[in-house]
Amino acid sequence: MKRIMTSAMIGGLFAASLGFAAQAGETKDSLVINSEDGPIKIITHVKNPPAGSPLPELFSGWVFRSKETRALETDDFDNPGMIFVEQAWEAWNTPDGKAGKSCADCHGEPSSMKGLRAVLPRWDDKQAKLMTIEDYINWSRVEHMGAKPWKYGGGQLTSMVALISLQSRGMPVNVKTDGPAKKMWELGKKLYYTRVGQLDMSCSNCHEDNYGKYIRADHLSQGQINGFPAYRLKNAKLNSVHGRFKGCMKNIRAKPYKVGSDEFRALELYVASRGNGLSVEAPSVRN
Amino acid sequence: MAKIKPRVKVPKSVAAGEYFTVKTLINHKMESGQRKDKKTGKKIPRKIINYFEATFNGKPVFSVDIQPAVSSNPFFQFSMKIEEAGKLAFKWVDDDGSVYETAKSIKIG
Repeated sequence: MKRIMTSAMIGGLFAASLGFAAQAGETKDSLVINSEDGPIKIITHVKNPPAGSPLPELFSGWVFRSKETRALETDDFDNPGMIFVEQAWEAWNTPDGKAGKSCADCHGEPSSMKGLRAVLPRWDDKQAKLMTIEDYINWSRVEHMGAKPWKYGGGQLTSMVALISLQSRGMPVNVKTDGPAKKMWELGKKLYYTRVGQLDMSCSNCHEDNYGKYIRADHLSQGQINGFPAYRLKNAKLNSVHGRFKGCMKNIRAKPYKVGSDEFRALELYVASRGNGLSVEAPSVRN
Repeated sequence: MAKIKPRVKVPKSVAAGEYFTVKTLINHKMESGQRKDKKTGKKIPRKIINYFEATFNGKPVFSVDIQPAVSSNPFFQFSMKIEEAGKLAFKWVDDDGSVYETAKSIKIG
């Protein structure tokens, strides 16, 4: 396992691992991110979730992490995910494809994407499809730039998703589950509660029934995706939502759906809707 | 691989003799030399940042020899104090001989 922290911080990490057993399931601290544009307040705890929520309270994955991991997210300079955001910003300004255009040529600054992350995935009538941010980026690359689509779940695409998500940071997630999206939402719900794999487990067995408890040396979260793409200390890169789903399915020894498949899109919409009310937190830091 | 770019966070002005925090980060793959290329089965040669130092007005403040166990995108944070204004310079040395540098001016007040 690769650790991002070095030097003096190693001492802190070591101390934390000794004191870990005494720690309760989740912290009561609140998250304020020190960003270049000033402090950003993040909603990591929703006491009264929207009607129909299967969860009594909503918690961002942030509250389940150790003190040191949580601290990495409180300052953008410390957040290693920002390296990838910067790289995506370069790509944003770099022309690509036959049309010789960059994202910036049409969209201007990335801040024009503000609000998008909070409402995606959503049903797009024109495409007749449930669209994620990844889908919109690739569609725009093919349609407007004449460029090749990036690999779903790959580094370039996930970094760009992080850059776009960052513009909505702090805004509450509010995906639509009714109307034409309802069918996909229901498929996602079905997948969420269906037991699969050799361990015969569904998403809900961990993330609904047992969140806050230990899973080996770690705390189970509610499986919220408001912080994605997430920088994981485990693999020192940004991880996409679908990449995380795939990892979860492998953990329960199931055969994962394909990254970028309709099943994962549906699941993404359903899981996002379970976190309606939590702030967009991307790029978050997790272990 | 993306361009290697050092980043530092230093206060613009500080009180004389009072400790302040300096944070540094450089994006670097830190290839340990232990990994194998999955396709060819050959070892990927080591390529890490092997040395980092910070100097204030030419005088050393902080330096470290870095070994392969250090993760990618190494982050260093340290505290220091100064009595006079000046320039805090940072230097990272790569295995391939490249040197990445940056500097920040600090005022007293």
